[in-house]
Amino acid sequence: MLSKRIIPCLDVRDGRTTKGIKFQNNVDIGDPVAMARHYYEAGADELVFYDITASSDRRDIMIEVVRRVAAAILIPFSVGGGIRNLQDMRAVLLAGAEKVSVNTAAVLEPNLIAAGAKDFGSQCIVLGMDVKKVESSEAIPSGYEMVIHGGRTPMGIDALWWAREAERLGAGEICLNSIDADGTQAGYELTLTRMISEAVSIPVIASGGAGTPEHLAEVLTGGRADAALIASMVHYGTYSIQEIKDYLHQRGIPVRLLW
Amino acid sequence: MVVIIDYRAGNLTSVVRSLKVLGAAGEVTQDPAVVARAARVVFPGVGAAGKAMAILKELKLDQALKTVFDKGVPILGICLGAQVVLEYSDENDNTRCLGLLPGRTRALPRRPGLKIPHMGWNQVRFLRGHPIFKGLPESAEYYFVHSYYPSPAQENMILGVTEHGVTFPSVMGWRNLVATQFHPEKSGRFGLQLLENFLAWDGSYAE
Repeated sequence: MLSKRIIPCLDVRDGRTTKGIKFQNNVDIGDPVAMARHYYEAGADELVFYDITASSDRRDIMIEVVRRVAAAILIPFSVGGGIRNLQDMRAVLLAGAEKVSVNTAAVLEPNLIAAGAKDFGSQCIVLGMDVKKVESSEAIPSGYEMVIHGGRTPMGIDALWWAREAERLGAGEICLNSIDADGTQAGYELTLTRMISEAVSIPVIASGGAGTPEHLAEVLTGGRADAALIASMVHYGTYSIQEIKDYLHQRGIPVRLLW
Repeated sequence: MVVIIDYRAGNLTSVVRSLKVLGAAGEVTQDPAVVARAARVVFPGVGAAGKAMAILKELKLDQALKTVFDKGVPILGICLGAQVVLEYSDENDNTRCLGLLPGRTRALPRRPGLKIPHMGWNQVRFLRGHPIFKGLPESAEYYFVHSYYPSPAQENMILGVTEHGVTFPSVMGWRNLVATQFHPEKSGRFGLQLLENFLAWDGSYAE
């Protein structure tokens, strides 16, 4: 039976991880490569890196990080943030990432998904979605709207429509982030996650709001998510991946227990 | 020297990297002459069967693969490489494939609630012993990402099976060929163990 994936997410700016992280075992908390290695050994099923470097002329630094991460771990990882075109995708994939995540650029230019899927294969293309709950309207019948630029710009596009459209264009997976839940540690947006996951046949990674192992259990069962993104709850040392997986296993949720 | 066949079907970085971790030098090549001389071959790949076969033929790698298979050289097929070794694929309208083994590649079933591609970690139930399984616990999991699966014509070519909507062959073995639907190069230490076993294997398999 396919295991539910637990995926730590690391934000990287100018080649350094940005969140203050309380690690033991002498992990350099600012070094994305050391953290990747730490999470690999701790039982992460996959990793996600978001490049939040403001300036696009410093992208070479991220490519070097990707190269070093690829040499340090033997599990899949994806890279997102600032991916604007096929050249950006190619650079990240050739540096050793298994997948590339597109978000803002795909909303502005949906054919980027199709072009990426054609050149690199659907399995490489993750659609990142930032979604906000709104009043249901004619333009937004589902009541969930696409927002871009890290959540600042509402697009007037229905999230449910966009998820289906991205699947049709060739996205291999969706990483679904609730802007409302993000950073709250109060639980994932279960209604949104279930709605999107049931509407597409490609896997959905739930993102935003994870604070306790129970939150993961909720989103991986009732929320119908195939994987769960986690950040603060492991970065700050509140929980280990082992603890989270043990909890999920006890609840009867299939997870990878041997690594 | 391990020869890794490059037929423009995806990224070979992680395969090369895993072999390097094991201290083995991998030579990535598109040259059929290099493949035909190889002492050990890794045949990876992701993507669609139709395009893959077209490129294999264009580069004359189809003949080179048949040559090394007939010579008894140990070959490891991975993912798409585990599919196109069969005779046909249901992908891209009944694609004619290499035919190193009898059988065909089939689509995973489509039904509500079943996610396609089958993406993530899953177990393999070993049906037969093989040198490449040495040291692998039954409960180990491996990383999969695919929408089609290999279905060899002979039962005794199936070494291991996995569940995703259907019980499908996830490891095949026949003579000097072994093939995994999952990606050992992305499957942590157990994947690495399988690759190490492959490097140590002389290509003989008595079934």
